[in-house]
Amino acid sequence: MEILVCVKRVPDTAENEIVVNSSGSDIERADLVYSVNEWDNYAVEEAIQIRDRVGGTVTVVTVGDEESEEVLRREMAMGADKGILISDDAFAGSDGKGIAAILKAEIEKGKYDLILTGAQADDGAAQVGGMLAAMLDLPFASLVNKIEIVNDATIQVGREVEGGNQEINEISLPCVLSIQTGINEPRYVGIRGIRKVASVEIPVHKAGDLGIDAGKVGKAGAKVKKVDYFIPPAGKGAEILEGSSEEIADKLIELLKAKGGIK
Amino acid sequence: MALQIFALIAHKNGAADDSAFELPVAAKAIDTAASVTAIVCGAGADVDAVAQAIAGTYPNVWKINHPALAHPNAEALRLALTKILPKGAIVLMAHDTLGMDLGPGLSIKLDAAFVPDVVGIEGLDGSILKLIRQEFGGQVSTHIHCDITDGAVINVRSGSFQATGETVSGAVADKSGEIGEIQPKRKYIETVVAEVGDVDITKADVLVSVGRGIEDQENISIAQELADAIGAVVSCSRPIVDAKWLEKSRQVGTSGKTVKPKVYIALGISGSFQHLGGLKGNPFIVAVNKNPKAPIFQVADVGVVTNLLEFVPELTERIQEKK
Repeated sequence: MEILVCVKRVPDTAENEIVVNSSGSDIERADLVYSVNEWDNYAVEEAIQIRDRVGGTVTVVTVGDEESEEVLRREMAMGADKGILISDDAFAGSDGKGIAAILKAEIEKGKYDLILTGAQADDGAAQVGGMLAAMLDLPFASLVNKIEIVNDATIQVGREVEGGNQEINEISLPCVLSIQTGINEPRYVGIRGIRKVASVEIPVHKAGDLGIDAGKVGKAGAKVKKVDYFIPPAGKGAEILEGSSEEIADKLIELLKAKGGIK
Repeated sequence: MALQIFALIAHKNGAADDSAFELPVAAKAIDTAASVTAIVCGAGADVDAVAQAIAGTYPNVWKINHPALAHPNAEALRLALTKILPKGAIVLMAHDTLGMDLGPGLSIKLDAAFVPDVVGIEGLDGSILKLIRQEFGGQVSTHIHCDITDGAVINVRSGSFQATGETVSGAVADKSGEIGEIQPKRKYIETVVAEVGDVDITKADVLVSVGRGIEDQENISIAQELADAIGAVVSCSRPIVDAKWLEKSRQVGTSGKTVKPKVYIALGISGSFQHLGGLKGNPFIVAVNKNPKAPIFQVADVGVVTNLLEFVPELTERIQEKK
């Protein structure tokens, strides 16, 4: 099975506090630690496991700047066979549709049976997978938390739906799936793995290589534009308990007793 | 010509989802003069029941009763909707597991703009619709300008707009005949219902809930000891289940269980909307988190900004001493 996984380099929000810059044009990025989008890691792990079961190759692709190469190498150290970096100044400011159009052009250059994305990334948009599928006229399922290969032409997937339930669907190949966290346990990537792929050549594809009309992507082609960032106005907010930890504990115990929180 | 706005009605067991009553408020925020039409899709008697019920909230209701729509299937729904939606339409739907499955692809097929998970609407400026979204798990907000010249699909976060309870006498139109044959490449097989697990967190009055901030599986004992001391049950947020530190049946959230405790103690939980979506009945919320900007502090009643791994054992000890 030929599998393509779309990945993205994002600020690691578990490690960072996000701060808006003084003009509100962006978040402060200088001191941020970047990593692979968490959802994408699960998608790559799933692709590797499928390849190991049924054969084939796993290719990871990203649309980004030069620094995005590091996430491709990380995923190759994990076990992906190939990496492709799609990078061009013309792509800056693309909306979700722009990114999907760029990925579509890359996908049409190859022949893939299964295309995976993470269910969402740092912006919580969860849009590229579904858009890509519609552009390619391929079937799609989002929030996938189980994949079973039935045969060369068909797979069965579980989708996570509300209430902890799972919706099972049968889908014909090729198809696009967006992968939800928890589908597997992404493997640990050690220094040795990183070293092993450090010198592997990663091709860089530009708008011209992919036959993309630069006017249809990037800022010019975007119907959806992010104007600024701001800190949401504070709501009611919690009463923050102050004092020594003993004082805080005692105050909390009183409150819990009053609200029926201690039996 | 007035803007044409359509609201896709999510429904289950013959009843419209709460979002159905929030979407008309979102539609008004876009344009008070717009014509607003609810679309109810499905198969069987449920469709008629939901369409009739929702006609009390929307002036126009379209119902589509079609065998291909008997089960949740975004592809079938997309094929049906693209046959009846007029060019340039604004389509609203909930940003739930169906909306996330349907919205992006529908926008492509309609050649319309797409904005997911919208939490605020500031209105129209010519052909630009001004919206508010959040990024990085709710840590920052963004203003979005969306060009609606060719229409738009807007997924709205549930609970962002307050239903007004206003009633109208809407008319139901049957659009089923306009759909024709639909043959999706994705076929629904079944829904596997979540297992109950050893403890039913939905029945607990007091929950001690753990999130990513607990850092390690071994530290869950800290939460368990507090729960034991106060007679509570341990629940958790999604990352804990993903890491397989606790069973799925312990997860609070839209993709987990809906709980209605009297008291909810959130330990190291940042407070994403997916997590808070599982917390109903207005409980007294205590949040312990070392990040003072964690969104949980916006909804909690009482907050403690500290390292929970040090504070919680101390709290437990203090409770035990006082018993």
